[in-house]
Amino acid sequence: MNPLQMARDMDLSTMSLALSAILFTIGVAGVVIRRNAIILFLCVELMLNAVNLSFVAFSRSVGIDGQVFVFFVMTVAAAEAAVGLALVIAIFRHIESVDMKNFNLLRW
Amino acid sequence: MTEFLNNFPLTNLLWWVFASVAVGGGLGMVTRKNPVASLLFLVLTFFALAAIYVLLGAHFIAAIQIIVYAGAIMVLFLFVIMLLNLGHDYQSDMRGGLWIVAGFTAAGVVGFLVWNSFGSAGGIVERGGAQQIAAAVEQSNVVGAIAMPLFDNYLVHFELVGVLLLVAIVGAVLLAKRRI
Repeated sequence: MNPLQMARDMDLSTMSLALSAILFTIGVAGVVIRRNAIILFLCVELMLNAVNLSFVAFSRSVGIDGQVFVFFVMTVAAAEAAVGLALVIAIFRHIESVDMKNFNLLRW
Repeated sequence: MTEFLNNFPLTNLLWWVFASVAVGGGLGMVTRKNPVASLLFLVLTFFALAAIYVLLGAHFIAAIQIIVYAGAIMVLFLFVIMLLNLGHDYQSDMRGGLWIVAGFTAAGVVGFLVWNSFGSAGGIVERGGAQQIAAAVEQSNVVGAIAMPLFDNYLVHFELVGVLLLVAIVGAVLLAKRRI
């Protein structure tokens, strides 16, 4: 079968799993490449969203529980964003920067 | 070619459109120097993901995605960016040289592992979840279909998540407050 037809006829859940893998990979690359602390948090949010997408994709196969778990992931994401941004503000107050290269107090 | 397009199911066509928007938004977020532009690209990704949730039949999750993620969490990020005055006079914060290689290697390894796990299984096995969800929606509506298990099987988890949120509120205030 030619690849265009495969792209057309594939199952939506399986394709969404592949999309979730790609988005997660972009998030990992962002965490490694960028130094801005806030952008790192954004990349973590992207990874959490990729996981949510795979939960929803699997919920089409195993039932509604996947969608319930998306709620828990979203709650954890909200808590993480609140505490993380509070940390960024606290650090910014001391060293006037959000660049990771200046966060060296705990580095050996 | 026209025959090919005529047989293209609309949901699959829309899926490809929104999937490309989501991946483009993700790439834009990682590559923009300006934190505000980066954040707006991520919001674009979230909207595309909400559209994909609709295509997958998770309507309530799509609404929550837009309200909570694109609405609340992203505004919190934007608020902090503006509070710290990072919107202008920013420098490039890309790591150079070896870090880029490390980034692509890490991404490649993760991507390969995840892709491999799909390949060997040959996609998601159908276990009748879609019919189960359709029956639940028929019985107790789109919101009820999720609320029933949430307040039944997952009641303890639900309460624990409430405690987690309380701890996060206290922690955020404690960390961000100048003088306690």
